[in-house]
Amino acid sequence: MQIGVTTDSSVRNSSSRPAFAGLVSALGLLFFLSIFFCNPTPGRAIPAFARKYGLPCSACHEAWPMLNVFGQTFKDNGYQLMNDRDSPIWQNPSYWPITFRITPNWNRESTNKVAVDQPNGSQIEEEVNSNGFDITGLDFHTGGTLYKNYSFYVLPSSDSSGNFHFETVMARLDNIGNSPWFNFKLGKFELDNIISEKRILTISNDGGYYQLYHFIPLGDSNIFGQMGDNQLGIELMGHSLNDRTRYSVALLSSNDGQPGLPSRNAYNTFVAASQAFNAGYQGGVDRVGAYAMIGSGPTYNLTSNGVPITGVGNKPFNREGVFALLYVKKLDFSLFYQHGWDSAYFGTSTPSSAPLPPGAQAPSWNGGFVEAHYVFNPQLIVIQRDEFVRMSQQALVTTPGNWGNINAYTFGFRYYPFMFSRAGFAYHAEYALIQQQGASPITNTQLNNSSVFLGFDFDF
Amino acid sequence: MRTRTLKLWLISSAATVVFFATAVHAQQTEYSENQRLNMESHVDGMTGHATTGQPIYKRFCVGCHGPLGDGQGENAQWIDPKPRNFTIAIFRCRSTPTGTLPTDTDLYDTVGRGMLNSNMPHWLPLTSQDRVDLVAYVKHFSPRWLTEKPGTPIVIPPEPEVTADRIKEGRVQFQKLECWKCHGVTGQGNGPSADTLVDDENRPIKPFNFHDSQNFKCGSSDQTMYKDFMTGLDGSPMPSFSDNLKPEDAWDLVFYLRTLQPDNTKEKQIAKQLGLTPINPLEPLPSSDSGQAPSSDQGTNPSSQPPSNPPSAPAQPAQPATPPSTSQPQSNNSGNE
Repeated sequence: MQIGVTTDSSVRNSSSRPAFAGLVSALGLLFFLSIFFCNPTPGRAIPAFARKYGLPCSACHEAWPMLNVFGQTFKDNGYQLMNDRDSPIWQNPSYWPITFRITPNWNRESTNKVAVDQPNGSQIEEEVNSNGFDITGLDFHTGGTLYKNYSFYVLPSSDSSGNFHFETVMARLDNIGNSPWFNFKLGKFELDNIISEKRILTISNDGGYYQLYHFIPLGDSNIFGQMGDNQLGIELMGHSLNDRTRYSVALLSSNDGQPGLPSRNAYNTFVAASQAFNAGYQGGVDRVGAYAMIGSGPTYNLTSNGVPITGVGNKPFNREGVFALLYVKKLDFSLFYQHGWDSAYFGTSTPSSAPLPPGAQAPSWNGGFVEAHYVFNPQLIVIQRDEFVRMSQQALVTTPGNWGNINAYTFGFRYYPFMFSRAGFAYHAEYALIQQQGASPITNTQLNNSSVFLGFDFDF
Repeated sequence: MRTRTLKLWLISSAATVVFFATAVHAQQTEYSENQRLNMESHVDGMTGHATTGQPIYKRFCVGCHGPLGDGQGENAQWIDPKPRNFTIAIFRCRSTPTGTLPTDTDLYDTVGRGMLNSNMPHWLPLTSQDRVDLVAYVKHFSPRWLTEKPGTPIVIPPEPEVTADRIKEGRVQFQKLECWKCHGVTGQGNGPSADTLVDDENRPIKPFNFHDSQNFKCGSSDQTMYKDFMTGLDGSPMPSFSDNLKPEDAWDLVFYLRTLQPDNTKEKQIAKQLGLTPINPLEPLPSSDSGQAPSSDQGTNPSSQPPSNPPSAPAQPAQPATPPSTSQPQSNNSGNE
């Protein structure tokens, strides 16, 4: 599926720097010229919804794909505006709620310490840079209402080589008993993260996700506590009419969203609650909330002829924290804090059927991020994010205290040259840097990864 | 040679006149626009400013109502009912008499409530201040707000107790005022005139179907329904009955209409006990004077005019009641808010 990729993976040397700098400069200049010399007209997100309701994308998105308070309400109502026009019977019979999204791009990936094979068969750590033209995976979003107060979302998603999986498959009963406080969802879905990683404004390899939504301490085997991954389960969710007050409780299989029932009696619960308010600084509706993900997951698999058949040996884990959305006119902040804890079996990657190594203890950590947005207008948004993860207790008492700590920085902007209800397009430029202590493959020293990403992000 | 000079003089003079006239017009237009951008709104102690409402309007509203507020947004062509044209400042949901401007609170309530059976959602998720600012910006589209003041809100008397007699009397009013001609004898919006109705821009419009929802176009309370009778829904064929309907009769009608709606209300229970059937327009009206329309000197406007869009029924099986009237100039907008 890659088209015209020029993956120039090379060990950096001093003579390549001027040529690379020239290439980046030329691409950057071309990118900016294309932005400012194309004919901008007044941008808008899942166009399938926009087409249905005739609203501009900016009505639901602070900047596509990030939701604003109205868009969050629309989502919480089961993709309904609650104006008695939500049933598909009101649509032209030819209307089908489908949207695709993909992003052709040029990107540069850099890692300061990669285990590079040597002619003598050994490996040494060297810096490796790659750059070239590329495409992202393809998302097919289909969602909406099957009938009034019966909604759905199906999202087949591929990687950049075209291998598809189901990112989301869910159906939802909305406003049960005519009350917005009771909505029931079944399937594979995004957890109720108000600061949604699925609607993140940064999309590069290193900046396109929140570290804390997927954080696993170095050497830890617990993949089930990733609150950024869509999970299989059921969810009860409710909210006030204006969505100021909202809650959700989800019961999830501990399989990290992988279908096929790969674990036995392992479940976890994700709960979230938040309250919105108007602090009076304009720009949006402020919100504070808390969440927790508590449960257990398997520590090893039963196998048959060497093939894993089910996960067993469940051990506990938890993630909990607080978040806030704060607005000051055109500037807004997304704040996130997390405390995490894993069983010592996960921390040391030990099956529960085996004894723990000496000095084993439950790893725990604290982390947070601040993501700032400056919305010049609905067509131009600047994004900056600083994220930090700090281990507070290692799985082994002999491990250095800062092993696995992360600093991550992301900066970028998105410009939407047009805004209308049929499609979305954004010029996207981004730089992201991740620093993790002790993660280099040979020397266990600080590993740095960075991404530069310039692309056309579009959906229709 | 002289003729040529004269021609040049005339052409240059005409050009000068056109130039200055254009400049003056541009100045006046700019002045008017600037003056209207100073528009304020006042709701519950909050003050809205058009300039602050402008970016909010452009983010949320422009797709349907258009950048000029004329209801010609890019999505308008796909929407039915059509978006409200703000430039003529005629609104359906008001607390003020027909033909007058609504209060700021009326517009604020509409923004927060949305419009039933239309694409207009409720904008409750926005902050109260955002909605007040939006109201100010909506007002800035029409020069009427510079020269006219909103009408005085009608007084809604206390709601009486629901009784069987009141519901029966409401049924009489439903027949007498010829509500059935548009709304149908069962209130399903299928009266003999239903297919002929148009709004003030000559676009087909459907009468309200009471069986669809417990809500009304402009709200869900009994007071809302009472208010709709007395103010009319400007821009639609629904006239004001303020000159023809006594307050107690209006309440009776409210109670009767509640029996037509889907929820199991007290009115509906009473109607069931009474074995109330839909009206029969061919049956003569009861002779009780409780259902008589008020004489002209009882009305609020003795010089009332015929309704702006009198329902036109192909058949007139019953004696028509005194026609409902509007006391203000005919409105000329349409669609929805």
